[in-house]
Amino acid sequence: MFTETPLVRRKARAELVAKCVFGAMALCMVTPLLLIITHLVWEAAPLLSFEFLTTNPTGGMREGGIWSALLGTIYLVTVSLLIAAPVGVLAAVYLNEYARESWFTRVINLAVVNLAGVPSIVHALFGLGAFVLFAGIGRSILAASLTLAVMTLPVIIASTKESLGAVPLAFREACWNVGATRWQTIRRIVLPNSITGILTGVILQVSRTAGETAPIMFTGAVFFKKVPEGDIFAYSIWDQCMALSMHLFTITTQVTDAPKALPYATAVVLLGAVLSVNLTAIVVRSYLRSRKKW
Amino acid sequence: MEHEVVTLGAQPTRRSMAPGGDAARRRMVESLTEHVLEWVIRLCGISAILFVFGIFFFVLREGVGLLFGDFSLWKFLSSTEWYPTSRSNVRYGVLSLIVGTLSVTTTAMLIAVPFGLGAAIFVSEFCDKRAKEGLKIVIELLAAIPSVVWGFIGISVMNPLIQTVFHVPVGLNVLNGALLLALMSVPIMVSIGEDALKAVPDSFREAAVALGATRWQVIYRVLVPAAKNGLLAAVLLGVGRAVGETMAVLMATGHAVNIPHSVFDPVRTLTATIAAELGEASVGSPHYQVLFLIGILLFSITFAVNLTADLIVKGVRRK
Repeated sequence: MFTETPLVRRKARAELVAKCVFGAMALCMVTPLLLIITHLVWEAAPLLSFEFLTTNPTGGMREGGIWSALLGTIYLVTVSLLIAAPVGVLAAVYLNEYARESWFTRVINLAVVNLAGVPSIVHALFGLGAFVLFAGIGRSILAASLTLAVMTLPVIIASTKESLGAVPLAFREACWNVGATRWQTIRRIVLPNSITGILTGVILQVSRTAGETAPIMFTGAVFFKKVPEGDIFAYSIWDQCMALSMHLFTITTQVTDAPKALPYATAVVLLGAVLSVNLTAIVVRSYLRSRKKW
Repeated sequence: MEHEVVTLGAQPTRRSMAPGGDAARRRMVESLTEHVLEWVIRLCGISAILFVFGIFFFVLREGVGLLFGDFSLWKFLSSTEWYPTSRSNVRYGVLSLIVGTLSVTTTAMLIAVPFGLGAAIFVSEFCDKRAKEGLKIVIELLAAIPSVVWGFIGISVMNPLIQTVFHVPVGLNVLNGALLLALMSVPIMVSIGEDALKAVPDSFREAAVALGATRWQVIYRVLVPAAKNGLLAAVLLGVGRAVGETMAVLMATGHAVNIPHSVFDPVRTLTATIAAELGEASVGSPHYQVLFLIGILLFSITFAVNLTADLIVKGVRRK
């Protein structure tokens, strides 16, 4: 076909070099993830067991498991999910289905973007000022979950908007044409057709709240608390609680003579929970995309 | 209404078979619920605005008391002396904290920008479809690692690593925090940067290749100039993330209020100061109020950065 001139060869070489350089840069991101996970699991291995999950920390947090912290995190995530998901989904419904393109929706979108960029520690200050002190809720699971909910709201709005936007306009038009109102269209057509996408997005984002530390530090998480082991209703939403992320912070920085594997094991549980939820959501999402009918 | 539905030949619904008065009442209830629902939806729609203002208002509300007393804003911003708990002479100068934040963020960006944009170019231009999917999943997982876990990695992995590689006595310093922040902000740069590159029409690439350009030339003569606003926005969002990051820098930067002279000096950032000291400051005290003022400062910085990034992205889309 082509005669191989020096120019062609030089170009092929340049191509290869470019691919290698940029590939190496991409590899520099992949390798840390693998190295970190392997290292953490390796160091944590001696402590990881089912018992570790189901016993309270003891001996000044130097021995025992992580039960009360694990349960606290589950509470925080669930309550913040219950608050943020409806508000976030309805907000996305408003932006995608009701609002017309105007300066007002532009301001809302701008607010969503900026809310997503607010530093987590500023969310903590807001939670302390608004929920704990002003609303008088006091430091509790409820106040911490509200703070986390405000924090996850923009991400839920963004992912839901994407799912709603994927429902073809023709579906809505068909529904309006048979005389359905806007809300009926949304409830019968738009939401059922996007619900799995919405749920995946919501779960994905809320899994991230499990790892947040700064926003709950001053709004409801405590260093240490004992709860009955095995009782999943051990906390009430007015209680303060332990949280995995906070617990990891505490045993790494405050408890200096903890056995080496203890923080590693805590980190592995936290990381494992967050990453496995994420991975599930990613798998579900790609399955949904491949199966799409329109 | 029902009447029409039936004549149009649709299946008669249960509702349309119901006796007249009952149906009318039900219709009224339905339209009422619909009204209520629409208002709820509208309220949720503006919730983001409410929360942004709420954050500004409530954080300022806790901190504003200090501004009316014997407090100089200039001194607050320009003094390096941060002695919030001194018995004899309390001084609140946040300059060294600002410099701390700047030094960690800048170092992080020096590492993250080339790698982030390089990876974005790789994902967008060099990958086949399957490798692309795989890399994007890894990026998403990298973004999902909690910041407290990064902080823990900073203490347990990076700290000894930096000590042995650079022969410095303490590994908790600017470099450590910057490395963590780089790893944390690369994912966001890659995903936004890749979007920007994807938005460049294929005809641009084809035209360049037809002229005999190599991949290098296509990238730095055509793609990067065409996508430069999007790439800039990607960098800015990474900066925003790095400035606001709390737990990782709190744990990994060594926690000393100090103007750093090299990347091996420990520093303290604005975010870390709030996280470390808020627990000890009693509610309503000047120390407590000054921490909220730092919060307002942080809020303003990230607000400006994100707003700029957003305007740049919007500008791209309009074109």
